[in-house]
Amino acid sequence: MAASSADTSAADTPDADTAEADTPEADTRDADTPDADAKDVRRLDRVVIRFAGDSGDGMQLTGDRFTSETASFGNDLSTLPNFPAEIRAPAGTLPGVSSFQLHFADHDILTPGDAPDVLVAMNPAALKANIGDLPRGAEIIVNTDEFTKRALAKVGYAASPLEDESLEAYRVHPVPLTTLTVTALKEFDLSRKEAERSKNMFALGLLSWMYHRPTEGTEKFLRSKFAKKPQIAEANLAAFRAGWNFGETTEDFAVSYEIAPASSAFAPGLYRNISGNLALAYGLIAASRQADLPLFLGSYPITPASDILHELSRHKNFGVRTFQAEDEIAGIGAALGAAFGGSLAVTTTSGPGVALKSETIGLAVSMELPLVVVDIQRGGPSTGLPTKTEQADLLQAMYGRNGEAPVPVIAPMTPGDCFDAVLEAARIALVYRTPVFVLSDGYLANGSEPWRVRQLEELPDLRVQFATAPNHTTADGGEEFWPYLRDPQTLARPWAVPGTPGLEHRIGGIEKQDGTGNISYAPANHDLMVRTRQAKIDGIDVPDLSVDDPHDARTLVLGWGSTYGPITAAVRRLRAAGASIAQAHLRHLNPFPRNLGTVLAGYDKVVVPEMNLGQLATLIRAKYLVDAHSYNHVTGTPFTSGQLADALRETLDDHHR
Amino acid sequence: MTTTVELRLTARDLKTDQEVRWCPGCGDYAILAAVQGFLPELGLARENIVFVSGIGCSSRFPYYMNTYGMHSIHGRAPAIATGLAASRRDLSVWVVTGDGDALSIGGNHLIHALRRNVNLKILLFNNRIYGLTKGQYSPTSETGKITKSTPMGSLDAPFNPVSLAIGAEASFVARTIDSDRTHLTEVLRAAAAHPGTALVEIYQNCNIFNDGAFDALKDRHQAENTLIRLHHGEPIRFGTDKTRGVVRDHTTGDLRVVTVTDDNEADLVVHDAHAASPTTAFALSRLADPDALHHTPIGVFRAVERPVYDTQMSDQLAEAVIRHGRGDLPGLLASGDTWTVLP
Repeated sequence: MAASSADTSAADTPDADTAEADTPEADTRDADTPDADAKDVRRLDRVVIRFAGDSGDGMQLTGDRFTSETASFGNDLSTLPNFPAEIRAPAGTLPGVSSFQLHFADHDILTPGDAPDVLVAMNPAALKANIGDLPRGAEIIVNTDEFTKRALAKVGYAASPLEDESLEAYRVHPVPLTTLTVTALKEFDLSRKEAERSKNMFALGLLSWMYHRPTEGTEKFLRSKFAKKPQIAEANLAAFRAGWNFGETTEDFAVSYEIAPASSAFAPGLYRNISGNLALAYGLIAASRQADLPLFLGSYPITPASDILHELSRHKNFGVRTFQAEDEIAGIGAALGAAFGGSLAVTTTSGPGVALKSETIGLAVSMELPLVVVDIQRGGPSTGLPTKTEQADLLQAMYGRNGEAPVPVIAPMTPGDCFDAVLEAARIALVYRTPVFVLSDGYLANGSEPWRVRQLEELPDLRVQFATAPNHTTADGGEEFWPYLRDPQTLARPWAVPGTPGLEHRIGGIEKQDGTGNISYAPANHDLMVRTRQAKIDGIDVPDLSVDDPHDARTLVLGWGSTYGPITAAVRRLRAAGASIAQAHLRHLNPFPRNLGTVLAGYDKVVVPEMNLGQLATLIRAKYLVDAHSYNHVTGTPFTSGQLADALRETLDDHHR
Repeated sequence: MTTTVELRLTARDLKTDQEVRWCPGCGDYAILAAVQGFLPELGLARENIVFVSGIGCSSRFPYYMNTYGMHSIHGRAPAIATGLAASRRDLSVWVVTGDGDALSIGGNHLIHALRRNVNLKILLFNNRIYGLTKGQYSPTSETGKITKSTPMGSLDAPFNPVSLAIGAEASFVARTIDSDRTHLTEVLRAAAAHPGTALVEIYQNCNIFNDGAFDALKDRHQAENTLIRLHHGEPIRFGTDKTRGVVRDHTTGDLRVVTVTDDNEADLVVHDAHAASPTTAFALSRLADPDALHHTPIGVFRAVERPVYDTQMSDQLAEAVIRHGRGDLPGLLASGDTWTVLP
């Protein structure tokens, strides 16, 4: 949702200004009750739920299903999966906790929520790992079956927190989830262990009842997921329904909640829920269609980028070739080879993979071939935090190559925006014959939001003209093909693909003579070529930066990439509290929008929040001589809007002092 | 009456206007001439041939071929060529590489190209030395080699490229020598005809930094007793009057060289390049003494049919269309759970 409103200012949606301000108070009013036994139904404007359990408990699946139910119900939503890098971390331990947070609302929202209103804790580790994030008054649904002495001891609980007063500040619902699930499945020919595995579906059923979610999608999903094991499908369905019925009948759950669809927050159209990596994969397929070029992906599996490889490999009927290479270098190498052959070529990776691909990116710069390089950033340096998010590859993308090797850089702002961002990357790559970076990150990759399904007529025309004939006449009247004779407008060189008669030519990484492309070590020619390659990138046509500044503010908050949601939510909060602050968000980081210098010069103060130690701030300080102030955090998690609002408020106060 | 003009390519057509810049006397000249001389036989149009190289003396090769070409980066040519060949099955893709490029910095890409069996012809110019960086030992240099970087002798055991390729599941492996134009051409022809990855190791003399490295195989008198010419379907014999031969040692399974007698003539190993098992081809690759090069087999060690990667990749795309229909973008974007927001 946020993506589609990216260009409109928050002022257009006044209702939403306070949206993420505080923990919502339940709008307590009993729904019309046809009979006295019926339970209370309360209306809420938004809820943040966090499902937490052991890595093997299926929390990601549970979260995904609840998200799908919520999306199809028409709420706006935003999700934050959070899981360990270990596939099966030791069971029951704190490092093994996997969680999925979902924020959904009857209005336009921008983040997965700062703090959960409801925590579903499947074991003591999940409770302990997440309790610190809960505000007072939050609801906790705990699976009491797992609160054994041993499990408690494993995470350092001396006594069960369910039996002392440590959870007094919360509304705790103790539920023997495992026992209830096993009991519900006793008709099935399953071992206890097998039956227990459905407890996440029991939890999903309970939460689905609590929040009046539609269930058809989940029922359909389970039937198709376990199509080959109908008994397992039926068991999961039974557990799911048992969870729902438990909520409806047990007295512990006296209240259920309604969150109305966010009708006014959405432009008319067909919607679906989409994660950043899925949107990116779809964007690549769309770009291939719009360019009328076959898509070639050369890639090596790496978290959190592998899902793009998985997704694209499912769509061979679109003529998509996916090549799982022997390493990162071969991944980009094969892509570059395919680009030489006339494919829309892509490589997908994360920061460590970019480090390995650097030399080949330099070759693509030198050979001036189109190539999309997707970097799903994660915590670094080195292996860092593979499953966590960070924005610390910006300078690597900008400068991480030998020689003067400029590469355009684009950063999507929301999960859904990954679709449009990669189309834009393909446009620049194809028009200017250059590698282009797309800097997504772990938060965008795995997070999801409602996305308005794009219609074909909304997509850009990306068709390119291959060279088909010689482009130079020699002194004696002969015709030749010069691979480095540039388009005067774009400075792009012709793309002559093998198989084209008469245009045989050789290209490579050695410096070449302007025009002919022949090897040249001439000093003046090298100077010219270096400056020309730079000028080509500097001259790329990118849209001006739009600024959201309804109150003539003196302070501008400037962000890039995935911080769009939290920054925008923070700005809304500040404005709701009467502050004046302007906001702008960069999607193009190289080249910067033409008007960026003017925009920056229009403010007394520029604050740059980043999930790194100030990489964008460094770039704009260097280029525009602006005293940009950094606000940084590198925790592997996205900013919360509350944290950003506090930080920005301090800057504003500081400024007015 | 109509006349048909045959637009057949000649060696001259494959020459570029670029000045060839290898050192005078370099073995690369002979290989270039042989490639330019034999390629027209394939009946391909010039525009459908691509030469991809890495870095090193040999990797300048594409500049001298009037086809499409790419002089890429060190060691990566097999990877780049894989992407090109896999996405453009209509092209004839050749990789030119050296012992450093293919076996040191690019070793990983070489073995994976071989196991995948992409439709690539890889010409590995082996001069057993680093030429372009001026004379350091290479991964095929003999142990103890004195070079600029190993004044007390190199400590590394060398790779045997043929053994390595066979171990990497190569479907076609051959060895030839720069100075034997007839043999070189024969082997190139066989490689070109092979569906899948073909690795041709070409012993190539670097007259500046490792001159005479293959003299034992080139000297007419010595060669009689050092060089074993492999011919598919024939008993493996060599030497003056073919008095020497190769038999299997039944206790170890290894191959060894014997003087042919009436008693052992029937035991001579008959070369079978198409054998399903690579065992004998591998044993043949181990016959040669890595230092003196005695008993060096040349010719096609192994040529077997295996599914070709790019053909299979293409088949999968076709199969996907049969199974799911041609890709429908609007359908894809609107897949999964959707809902409509009305105006």
